[in-house]
Amino acid sequence: MAYGKKVLDHYENPRNVGVLDKEANNVGTGMVGAPACGDVMRLQIQVNDDGVIEEAKFKTYGCGSAIASSSLLTEWVKGKTLDEASQIKNTEIVEELELPPVKIHCSVLAEDAIKAAINDLKSKSN
Amino acid sequence: MLTPTYMDYSSTTPVDARVANKMAKYLTMEGDFGNAASRSHYYGWQAEKAVDEARSQVADLVGADPREIVWTSGATESNNLAIKGIANFYQKRGKHIITLKTEHKAVLDTCRQLEREGFEVTYLDPLANGLLDLDLFKKTIREDTILASFMHVNNEIGVIQDLQSIGDICRENKVFFHVDAAQSAGKIEIDLSLLPVDLMSFSAHKIYGPKGMGALYVSRKPRVRLEAQMHGGGHERGMRSGTLATHQIVGMGEAFAIAKAEMKDESDRTLKLRQRLYDGFSDMEEVVVNGDLDQRIAGNLNISFNYVEGESLMMAISDVAVSSGSACTSSSLEPSYVLRALGLSDELAHSSIRFSVGRYTTEKDVDDAIVLVREKVEKLRDLSPLWDMYKDGIDLNSVEWAAH
Repeated sequence: MAYGKKVLDHYENPRNVGVLDKEANNVGTGMVGAPACGDVMRLQIQVNDDGVIEEAKFKTYGCGSAIASSSLLTEWVKGKTLDEASQIKNTEIVEELELPPVKIHCSVLAEDAIKAAINDLKSKSN
Repeated sequence: MLTPTYMDYSSTTPVDARVANKMAKYLTMEGDFGNAASRSHYYGWQAEKAVDEARSQVADLVGADPREIVWTSGATESNNLAIKGIANFYQKRGKHIITLKTEHKAVLDTCRQLEREGFEVTYLDPLANGLLDLDLFKKTIREDTILASFMHVNNEIGVIQDLQSIGDICRENKVFFHVDAAQSAGKIEIDLSLLPVDLMSFSAHKIYGPKGMGALYVSRKPRVRLEAQMHGGGHERGMRSGTLATHQIVGMGEAFAIAKAEMKDESDRTLKLRQRLYDGFSDMEEVVVNGDLDQRIAGNLNISFNYVEGESLMMAISDVAVSSGSACTSSSLEPSYVLRALGLSDELAHSSIRFSVGRYTTEKDVDDAIVLVREKVEKLRDLSPLWDMYKDGIDLNSVEWAAH
C-alpha cells in the first residue's frame, strides 16, 4: 500500500499552513479530534464583509491523509460563502484524494473541522 | 530506482548470501533434494546428514543438545506448540498460565484461544521500562499455575528480560517456563545448559535466515513433554509431524552458525550504530526513548517525537524504511498495545517510530537518516497544532477535545 500521489503532494507542498487571530470577529476557529485518536485538526477561516471566506489556514497532527484532507479543505473554502462551505461533503474529499477505506475517517474529521469553524464564527456574530 | 535504506531489521532481515548459497544446494536434481525420512537410500541419507548438521548448529548457538531441537515453520508455530502443547499435556496439574501484556501476538492470541478452551490466563502489566516485575510475578503464581511465557527480547522496544531470575522463580514453584527468543537468538548470549528454561522458540528470518522456518527447544533434563499440534507421521520425536524442509533447515542452521561466529563483533558494531542514531536526536526537544535504554538489544531504537504523528513522519522519511506504533499504520486504528501496556500516553504511542539497524547498516545510512528525520520532524511540528499549544504553555491533558 504505497501512499497516494495527491496525498503526498499536499504533504510536500501544503497549502495554507498557519494561524489566524482567533480573537478577531471575522475569524472562525474549529479544533476537532483528539491526541488519543492520533488526529487533531485546527481549521481557521476569515470572512470579509460580504460573508465570503477570503482566507483559510490549518494545522494538523495526524497521518498523511489527515494532513491532505485538511489542506485540501482550506483550498476549497476560499472564495465560498459560509453556507457553501458548510455543504462540502467528506465524500468529495475522499474522491479527490483517492483515500482508501481505512482513511475515510480523516475526511470526516476535515468536514467536522470546517463546520466547527463556521459555528464558531456564527456564534461570534450573535 | 534507488530503494529506501532499510532500518526495519526487527521486522525481518534479508537472507545472508552465504545462507542463500548453501540453501540452493538442497533444491534441484543436481542438489540434495531427498526426503530426510527416507531411511533406505542415498538421497534420504544425504538430506538426513544435512538436517543433523543444521540441528547441531542451532543447538550450539544456544547451549542445547541437538536432540532438544524441534523444527517448525517459524517462531509463531513454536509458540503455539509450546503453549498449547504444555497446557494440553499437563492440564490435570492445573489450568492457569501467566504471561505479559507486551508479548507477541503469537503468544497472546494462543493464550486467548486456550481461554476459550477453559484455561485461565493472567496477562501481567510490565514495569514502565518494559521489564517484568518479579515480585508481582511471584505473587501471581498459584497452586494451579502450570506455565509462564515471557519473551527474551521484545520486538517493539527491544528490552531484555532477566531469564535467570524468572526461571529460578518458575523452578521454585514447579511452573514450566517458555521463552520466545525470536528477537534474541544470535544477537545476545543464550546458554540453555545453564538457564532454568524449559522451552524456547527460535526464528530464522530475524537472524538472516529464510522466512517460514523456526525451531522449538524442548528440555530433556528435566524432561518436558508436549501434546503435538501437527499430526501425521510422527516426525521430530512425535512432537511435530511433516516432511522436513531440508533447504529451510540448512538455511536456519547456517544462519545460526554465522551468528555464533560473528555475534560479538556484530553486536558491538550495531550498538555503536544505534548509539550514533540516538545521539543524532538526543538534543531535540520533546523526544522520548520507549523502553529501558540499558537492558536493550543493540539494534533497537524505539523513539517518540512528541506532537508529531508516527505515520506522517514515516511518510515524510520514506527514504528510510522503519515502523511505527501509531494507530494509523495498523488496520485496526489502535495504537501499539506494547507501548500502551508500558503506560505510554496515546499521543506518545501515536508518535513513536521504531528504528532497528542490522548487519548491512552503515554509518552513512545512520548519518543520512539523522539529517532526514530532524528536518522532517521540524517540518511536521510546524504543521502541528499540538506543538503550537505546547509552545504556548498549554497543558494538553487539561483540554476538552471534541473527538468523534
